Amino acid sequence: MNRDNDKGKVLINRSLIMAATKAFLLLCIIGRLYYLQVYQADKFKMLADENRISTRLLIPQRGIIYDRNHRVLATNEQNFQALIVAEQAPNVQDTLDAFKKIMPLTEAEEERIRRDLKRNRSFVPIKVKDNLSWEEVAKIQLNASDLPGIIIDDGLNRAYPYGEKTAQVIGYVAAVSDGDVKDDSLLEVPGFKIGKSGIEKYLEHRLRGKGGILKMEVNAYGRVMKEIEEIEGVPGENVVLTLDARLQEKAYEAFGEQSGAAVLLDVDSGEILAFVSTPAFDPNDFTQGLSNEKWKALVENEKHPLINKAIQGQYSPGSVFKPIVALAGLESGVIKPETRFFCAGKMFLGNHPFHCWKHVGHGYLNVVEALMHSCDIFFYETALRGGIDKIAEVARRFGLGKAVGIGLENEKSGLIPDKAWKYRRFGEPWQLGESLISGIGQGYILVTPLQLATMTARIANGGYEVVPTFFPLSAEQKDNIKKISVNKEYLDLVKEGMFDVVNIPGGTAWRSQFDYQGHRMAGKTGSVQVRRITLKERQSGIIKQEDLPWKYRDHGIFIGYAPADNPKYAVAVLVEHGGGGSSAAAPIASKILLESLKLDPLGVIRKK
Amino acid sequence: MYKTYETGFRSQRMSIKEKLMNISFWYVMFICILAAVGITMLYSAANGHWKPWAVNQLVRFGMGLGVMIFFALVDIRLLMRFSYAFYFFTLLLLVVVDVTGHVGMGAQRWINFGFFKLQPSELMKIALVLVLARYFHSVPLSTIESSKGLIQPLLLVLIPAGLVIIQPDLGTGLMLIMTAGAIFFAVGVQLWKFGVVFAAGIIMAPIAWHFLHDYQKDRVLTFLNPERDPLGAGYHIIQSKIALGSGGVFGKGFLNGTQSHLNFLPEKHTDFIFTMLSEELGMIGAVMIILVNFCIIAYGYSFAMKSTSYFGKLVAIGLTTNYFLYVFINTAMVLGLIPVVGIPLPLISYGGTVMLSIMASFGILLSVHINRNVTVGKE
Repeated sequence: MNRDNDKGKVLINRSLIMAATKAFLLLCIIGRLYYLQVYQADKFKMLADENRISTRLLIPQRGIIYDRNHRVLATNEQNFQALIVAEQAPNVQDTLDAFKKIMPLTEAEEERIRRDLKRNRSFVPIKVKDNLSWEEVAKIQLNASDLPGIIIDDGLNRAYPYGEKTAQVIGYVAAVSDGDVKDDSLLEVPGFKIGKSGIEKYLEHRLRGKGGILKMEVNAYGRVMKEIEEIEGVPGENVVLTLDARLQEKAYEAFGEQSGAAVLLDVDSGEILAFVSTPAFDPNDFTQGLSNEKWKALVENEKHPLINKAIQGQYSPGSVFKPIVALAGLESGVIKPETRFFCAGKMFLGNHPFHCWKHVGHGYLNVVEALMHSCDIFFYETALRGGIDKIAEVARRFGLGKAVGIGLENEKSGLIPDKAWKYRRFGEPWQLGESLISGIGQGYILVTPLQLATMTARIANGGYEVVPTFFPLSAEQKDNIKKISVNKEYLDLVKEGMFDVVNIPGGTAWRSQFDYQGHRMAGKTGSVQVRRITLKERQSGIIKQEDLPWKYRDHGIFIGYAPADNPKYAVAVLVEHGGGGSSAAAPIASKILLESLKLDPLGVIRKK
Repeated sequence: MYKTYETGFRSQRMSIKEKLMNISFWYVMFICILAAVGITMLYSAANGHWKPWAVNQLVRFGMGLGVMIFFALVDIRLLMRFSYAFYFFTLLLLVVVDVTGHVGMGAQRWINFGFFKLQPSELMKIALVLVLARYFHSVPLSTIESSKGLIQPLLLVLIPAGLVIIQPDLGTGLMLIMTAGAIFFAVGVQLWKFGVVFAAGIIMAPIAWHFLHDYQKDRVLTFLNPERDPLGAGYHIIQSKIALGSGGVFGKGFLNGTQSHLNFLPEKHTDFIFTMLSEELGMIGAVMIILVNFCIIAYGYSFAMKSTSYFGKLVAIGLTTNYFLYVFINTAMVLGLIPVVGIPLPLISYGGTVMLSIMASFGILLSVHINRNVTVGKE
């Protein structure tokens, strides 16, 4: 009995200890609740919201690109898509089969749809077909009862009304690729497109705008339960360029099938009125994803439609360089306005003969006549006396040898050689023969058509340092254009020569002249050999350009401006393998200048 | 309140009316409060619908009340007399389950009787308490304190615990062992013996680890580092903590728990219902539930103290400890204090077997209280 009492006491003692332990453990639970629900509540509230709230970026409308007269160069077009929501279709395959009866789907498309359906949850809309026309949308809606699960969605597609005519300026947009700088979360949005070339790329940030935000409540499987709030984005900025779409179109068409480039400038401001590189590509194809065949055709085309020849093509200027040589000669005093050199068709430097393009020779001529006839011997002599460094210095003053920086990608800077450059580059001294051929724009000299247009404008405007641009200049900017130090008398001589090239019988571009209400053009032709003429060919007589394979024909170049007496428009035209400046380039330049006088986007031509 | 109808000292027979009048009103009240809260939360778990859970739970609770009252009316001497029979019958059921059990939740735990599924491991929790209480009731303290006297009760524990663990149901098996351990402690087994077992456990742990199923290892590893596999094994506990924590002091409001209603919280109607409750009703609601449970446990102890029989005291302590273990393990688990084990929150979590077995144990506790003055012989 005593032991039984002990047994009972032990039980009570131990039970009390256990009860206390239990009370303590329950207090621990309450303590833990306090820790999680009070102390860490904010952290977990945030995590719960992260779970629950799904944020979707809304793609802002991309800015529209206009020409100087507010014609649309790049815009956004409605793009209707047919989507399928698997969970709304009793049988996905039946719906797709019914859809195929209305609109055929390719094998590849079906494959992609099946793959997307498998990858996504059943409430995620999957693209069936996009770029639907109005009629197609109407057809689908008419048959909606046979197409359970199909919904029509409208998005925006970038569209370029002028297509390939503006391709090399405007560029195009396309899906973001791995190499693109991810500076904006918009770039992570599927289907978002960014500027990949041209103005689209250069002004990407202004055109893009800011994405809106749609906050939605989603469940654990990602299904949207409700919209919480929507923060409006900011549409991209609209941009006005200096281009004139009409002139752009005319300039592009003037090339026909030929490969080349043309740049038309306002001589007083440097504003670019037309900027073409032919042939080009259709940027509309690029925005919707280019097929392999089309891409291959573009890459393999020997006329290089993907290259922007106006800034990426570097060419020997040939005879269009002669105005620079003339100025260099006059400035350095090695020739005077009245100086005459005798052209016998060829001259010797040491034992080496140098030919004029005219084998029988031009006889005696002064600088104006030499420009008009494009006599090589005169400029050999001038270059020889003036020296390469003087020529290089004048060339740079007129905008050669340095990239303009108009903002389009991969602009080349050309090359204006001098003695220091030769030594730096090759470790060898400059040769006199190299000065000589530099006098006719051959040798090391390289220019881009854009640089030639700059040079032409600077000659035409009487020596103002205009810089080509796609963006309208303010009145103040126009007033602040610097003057190049150049003697007006010399410049007038060059301009007289360039007038004669076109307007005097015997001038190299005489056939391309026009008279538009008394306005005429001035200019200079140039032909650039693509390959050396062999001695044998020289002896067997000149082979006609047309008889050569296309890629061996000479490049034709023409620089010009109009009106000749009061220049407003300057143009540089390059025709790759066109055969020659007077035959291939001058007619195109003439057309472009005549059109610019007729349309007169600057409003400066006095109609008589 | 029940004191009005208190029977005379050493009155050994009571009418059914007397017994009914002696049922502790507040004890039943607390049970009903928890069940009501549970049904309410199940209504919320179904996004504001009675179906599929709340209405079933209501029916089961009704049945459970019947079971509870039935056991409350049973004479405590009867319980003692049949404790071995009940124990061995349950043990047999456990063997049956192990041999031809019905596959549920990846573990064989059920016997399917067509209209309901019997989970013998739940019955064993009661049977074990009864059989140990009977054993310790009948032996003197000297036997308890001797090592030899512990052999029989140890076998009584380890055999069913082993059968449950190989089902495999580690959580319930451990609960059986812990309940038995509490009884061993209460009756006065020397502390150094617990020390020996504990030390042996530490030494055995690496070997035991080897025998754990992969998902069990996962749970332990996940408990030690929930970020280990945030979308896999760690998902439950991470989402549970987010739900709890984001509820804050006042909760997100009834039916408004985002984590639960948007399905981020798994098993919200069963093992993780306390999480959902804490998310929607906040810390205030959660603490209230803990306090009501505290009261139920405290009443259990008061029944033990009032009982004049050693058997009655031990049964009350054992069953109350069993109930406490449910509550503590479940809440500690959803709070991330211990690894995830499949232990529901009794009266609140959806589930029939636990509801019925826990109501039966409440009934036995009431019986201990009603029969507090009944002399129980040693036999």
